[in-house]
Amino acid sequence: MRVEADLDLCQGHQMCQGEAPTVFGFDAAADVVVVLEEHPDESLREQVQAAVKYCPAMALALHDD
Amino acid sequence: MSTTQQPTQQPDVSGIPEVSKAVADDGYGHLAELRVDPIGLLQRVRDECGEIGRFRLADRDVVMVSGAEANEQFFRAPDETLDQAAAYPFMTPIFGKGVVFDASPEERQQALKNQALRGDMMRGHASTIEAEITRMVAQWGDEGEIDLLDWFAELTIYTTSSCLIGKPFREELDARFAHHYHDLERGTDAMAYVDAYADLESFHKRDAAREELVTLVQGIIDKRIARGKVPREERDLLDVLISIDMSADYITGIFISMMFAGHHTSSGTAAWALIEMLRHPDAMAEVVAELDALYSDGAEVSFQALRSIPRLEAVLKETLRLHPPLIILMRVVQQEIELAGHTIPPGVTVAASPKVSNRLAEDFPDPEAFDPGRYIDPRQEDLVNRWTWIPFGAGKHRCVGSAFAMMQLKAIFSVILRDFTFEMVQPSESYRDDVSKMVIQLQQPCRVKYRRRVPTGATSQADGAATEAG
Repeated sequence: MRVEADLDLCQGHQMCQGEAPTVFGFDAAADVVVVLEEHPDESLREQVQAAVKYCPAMALALHDD
Repeated sequence: MSTTQQPTQQPDVSGIPEVSKAVADDGYGHLAELRVDPIGLLQRVRDECGEIGRFRLADRDVVMVSGAEANEQFFRAPDETLDQAAAYPFMTPIFGKGVVFDASPEERQQALKNQALRGDMMRGHASTIEAEITRMVAQWGDEGEIDLLDWFAELTIYTTSSCLIGKPFREELDARFAHHYHDLERGTDAMAYVDAYADLESFHKRDAAREELVTLVQGIIDKRIARGKVPREERDLLDVLISIDMSADYITGIFISMMFAGHHTSSGTAAWALIEMLRHPDAMAEVVAELDALYSDGAEVSFQALRSIPRLEAVLKETLRLHPPLIILMRVVQQEIELAGHTIPPGVTVAASPKVSNRLAEDFPDPEAFDPGRYIDPRQEDLVNRWTWIPFGAGKHRCVGSAFAMMQLKAIFSVILRDFTFEMVQPSESYRDDVSKMVIQLQQPCRVKYRRRVPTGATSQADGAATEAG
């Protein structure tokens, strides 16, 4: 799986860090998400799905490619 | 034919098809229809013109886009290209002169970081909201009737004021504040596109209501001043604004603007979610079973409302899709912009419509059907259609309070469906929106009956049931 963050949409809520702390970080200077692991381990799928689903800016996506 | 002439040349959008007229033009183009059947007008723009069409509002052209591609261009446009404030002239008299309509994305993000909507503030808000709901239902007996508009509007005045301004301020409020606030929301007649101070009853009521609110706030300020300074941890936003010598008028304007986005929107969505569940008993039963299971072990609402409640969330999302609180989102073009293959010059008003987009059949099969299953894996029609599932808007200006709103709605239904059952007391189709104002709200009467699930005095029975369930 591949994680994608659209930095034009990110509003800096940092909800994703709560859902999947090893996959998402935060760039405090730019106020946007940082994808720490573009291809997270399959075991993290549920966490990443929750991060995508609950992102208040709908800025995240999960691709299976 | 427009009755007023701009001194500057009118921007040319004649290449974009104009929608027909269903209501006689009274000199202001499509304004007459916007004031009686706005949804019909917006839907016809889509049906007749496709992904881009236009209508006339007095002396302005409004270019409306729909569909994923055009919506994405609209919502992704940089901030310096599109301006919000000039698109909503009906808000200026409500907020008052000099009170900003909407902050820039940078300011919004700053506000998010420093203030009330930050993720780590949510836990506190959740327990505040739970307390407010509990306080309001404490006045209920074992059964009775409520008016959905009045009840949810009052509840959300307390929750938004308490969470966004502060608990000490909320404690000074009663139903009068909600009543005047409602008159402000009713003062959003689209006639404001011609003259925001026209001689209309709703505008006179709006201005009187604002004065009443200033008087109430002045009274609270006077008490604060007489009380003197209190320790930092007991202060709220009002104390801060008083300390920098802001007038009651200006402070009231700030509070009105802070509460506006979160008030009628949450209030209306809560009411419509309840109506839709009453219309669809299967959906209601699923949600009640889900909540009963979640709370059977005595979990706290304030804890659970921040976590996944999939069935309830799906019902709320489907309610938002069918009844988006804002049916049209508008901007005024500042710098030339490309939309759906047309170049739109500065000065033109452009728009996207949650009401129309949320019901596009190509994205939402059987679009008129209330189907919470759309949001359950693997369909996830909200995420798949992120440019057309737009009850919260989209892009950088997407509602910054969406997580707060969902948490609040989850808390409301966790409390009221745990303790009460509801039934309609008027024909199902008689619950409908009053669309005569830009702020759409339920048409009254919109009454429902409630009945306590476990009557007071029967608590031992409740304990027994809980033990059995556990």
